[in-house]
Amino acid sequence: MSRERTGGEFADRDTDRDGLQGPGPDERERPSGRRSKEGVRVDPEAEASHPARRTTISALVKHEPGVLAEVAGLVSRRRFDIDSLTVGPTTNPETARMTLTIEEPEPGVRQVEKQLEKLVPVISVRELGRDAVRRELAVLKVHDDDPAAVEAVAEMFDARTLDAEPGTVTVEVTGSSAEVDRAIEAFQRFGVRELTRTGTAALARGNEWTTDAEEERYERQPVDAAATDSASATEGAEAHTDDD
Amino acid sequence: MSEPAPAAARPTEEEPRRDDERTEQSDEQPTETPSTPTTGADAAIAALTAAGVEHVFGVQGGAIMPVYDALAEAEAAPTHVTMAHEQAAAHAADAYGQVTGEPGVCMATSGPGATNLVTGIADADMDSDPVVALTGQVPTAFLGNDAFQETDTLGVTRPITKQNYVAGEADAVGPSVGEAVELAGAGRPGPTLVDLPKDATTAETTGDEAPEAELPEYYEAPEFAEESAVDAAADALARAERPLVLAGGGVVKAEASEELRAFVEAFDVPVVTTMPGIGAVPEDDDRCLSFAGMHGTGAANMAVSHTDCLFAIGTRFDDRLTGGVETFAPEAEVIHADIDAAEISKNVEADYPLVGDAAAVVEQVHEAFAERAADATERYADWREQCHEWEEQYPMTYAAPDEEPLKPQFVVEAADAATPDDAIVTTGVGQHQMWAAQYWTYRDPRCWVSSHGLGTMGYGLPAAIGAKVAAPDREVVCFEGDGSFMMTLQELSVAARENLDVTVIVLNNEAIGMVRQWQDAFFEGRHTASEYGWMPEFEPIAEAFGAKGFTLEGYDDVADTLEAAFAHDGPSVVDAQIDPGENVYPMVPSGGDNSGFALSEGQL
Ligand SMILES: Cc1ncc(C[n+]2csc(CCOP(=O)(O)OP(=O)(O)O)c2C)c(N)n1
Repeated sequence: MSRERTGGEFADRDTDRDGLQGPGPDERERPSGRRSKEGVRVDPEAEASHPARRTTISALVKHEPGVLAEVAGLVSRRRFDIDSLTVGPTTNPETARMTLTIEEPEPGVRQVEKQLEKLVPVISVRELGRDAVRRELAVLKVHDDDPAAVEAVAEMFDARTLDAEPGTVTVEVTGSSAEVDRAIEAFQRFGVRELTRTGTAALARGNEWTTDAEEERYERQPVDAAATDSASATEGAEAHTDDD
Repeated sequence: MSEPAPAAARPTEEEPRRDDERTEQSDEQPTETPSTPTTGADAAIAALTAAGVEHVFGVQGGAIMPVYDALAEAEAAPTHVTMAHEQAAAHAADAYGQVTGEPGVCMATSGPGATNLVTGIADADMDSDPVVALTGQVPTAFLGNDAFQETDTLGVTRPITKQNYVAGEADAVGPSVGEAVELAGAGRPGPTLVDLPKDATTAETTGDEAPEAELPEYYEAPEFAEESAVDAAADALARAERPLVLAGGGVVKAEASEELRAFVEAFDVPVVTTMPGIGAVPEDDDRCLSFAGMHGTGAANMAVSHTDCLFAIGTRFDDRLTGGVETFAPEAEVIHADIDAAEISKNVEADYPLVGDAAAVVEQVHEAFAERAADATERYADWREQCHEWEEQYPMTYAAPDEEPLKPQFVVEAADAATPDDAIVTTGVGQHQMWAAQYWTYRDPRCWVSSHGLGTMGYGLPAAIGAKVAAPDREVVCFEGDGSFMMTLQELSVAARENLDVTVIVLNNEAIGMVRQWQDAFFEGRHTASEYGWMPEFEPIAEAFGAKGFTLEGYDDVADTLEAAFAHDGPSVVDAQIDPGENVYPMVPSGGDNSGFALSEGQL
């Protein structure tokens, strides 16, 4: 109960038989307009791509298992160019805040916002202004061959000494991403034995709420100091600034 | 097999159910009160029932056994259709959801059961179809330990579900299942999944009743678009000389067909659809140019390329539609209406974004445009004329049938002629799918059920089963390729057992034809692994499964054979042995320019 075919039978296709009627592609009127590869209509003569820019996006999310994996998965699957992603609890035990630093062309920035917003556990998303308060933390272990010089550099960058033992000094630097870069660069002259740094944590400046949901959130749930302690991090890569 | 459920799974006669106890205590309680769920599994079934779910498609297994048991025990419960493979359960649920507009539900056990669902869930996700998957899971104490039949179902399905849940305790089962059903159908539909650890389904619940199903707290599905945006869009339409409506699958899902038809008729605007949007407007309407994209009609692709104002509704601008975005509707201002804000400007920049429900937004635009359209319809006259010229220049035809071999297009047209207008067509993926899209005339939404975004071979037969269960009174025709059919033909056993009157027409070219077509075009005709040197015959296969089998070789037999197959009360399979050399045209090479569609291989 089978049919056999020899290879040759397939290959002999009568190409005259296939195809449809009508003028071929070369005989057709073709439009002269054009879009960029991001799908934006452009002047056909002009440069067709958008430059990437670096920006910070804050997302208030439900504090439940799986949110970090969901956001991280989204970012990697959609291939957004991400510099850092931090997450930590807020004063409300039900919510956590994520801060994303991304480098994308304008349409990409809008997409990151909208894709995040679409996730069910994400409450509210906003791109922060240039004046937002942004902090990063680095902890580094430096050789102590010249303690006075290490001390001087530490002072220059407002670094705190967390630990000093024969052989190493461990210091903490906080600041903008660029400030932390510069401090690490400066410590490099002593030789940095080990380094760990966090991503950026950021809030909108002054009276401005960081995301749309903040105001509502505080009205619903008065700030409760005890809640802050009991709220544990969502999972994994939380930006903790433990200073003991 | 896994261990059977521990004895604690279900209270026995000696241990009366909690609800019975309560009834005794309270005299006021009317006797008809629906029985209160006592285990997590009961709560799962109660939640499905409360949500109005009538059918469930699935396959048994150790970790899901308690849920099946509750299904059997419950007084009011959905009817279960046992499928041969979990992938088919997911496809059947997906098609059921497409035909009814209500979420389709599928069930599987943990591990391999859940992973077998994955293709079907991914398919539903890509096509925004409302599907709810309930998966068994190992007991919570074993989670993460690589226990027997454990898979991280949540992790595996996270990127392909709208939302997924693990119901970690009995009390979480009902609310999770309820929310999953609500969410699957709300806003932009999509698949949801609830993972059910066995201890959560066997343990007793402490809650009193099946709670009201709710959407997640922060979930919002906007209805109306912003007025100012609607006005701006209407202005753009009023300025346009060559407007075009592009109806996507979202029009079908939002039940916006009527509103869209009214709009198109009122202003006499040409309209094209995407493949998932087929049937959103009647294809035999004078203004409808059929579907655009890779294998769309010449007229539709010319119109898309030359429009100066594209009113796109419920489409995600898939690359099979757009070709290279650089050349897609390159002169058009784009009005994009979608319920999912994230679709706006994802692939094609929207000049006028309208976030809202398709039916509501089309009405809004209709009203706003009516105020501005005084001369619009006359102004479009030349454009309409141009579109008709394109239709005449690029007719959907095929070389006139000689005696043999059979042209697949002819078989599709003959089947269309032999069935009522509201027949449902399902397909596998490949050339046959394209011919079924091109040569069947769709007049209504929810008649065309296919795998678009994921392009899943083998989708057709399980989808036909789901469609027939959803609409038992309608004719269901499934076009499959021989390759696609081989992927899920075991489901014939289900169609036979359930006596589902579906007709499978295999457009048999003894090859995975679409691949071979690409090999002809782009791989110098090297047919690597695309031709079957040996194929089983489908007529006896059909008979062995309990279906009626037919073989179709010549034109003279087409009408009679199809008539006999449609007349057969139960599943039938027509093995239509078509011209193995036939290819699908027109064709826009992937990433190409829609207006550069090839009419034959020589033009690629
Ligand atoms: C599950 C799956 N595997 C592989 C493919 C790649 N693919 C796309 S079309 C096609 C050929 C389909 O052959 P057949 O079902 O016989 O239909 P035909 O094109 O011959 O009509 C293949 C292999 C797919 N779409 N789905």
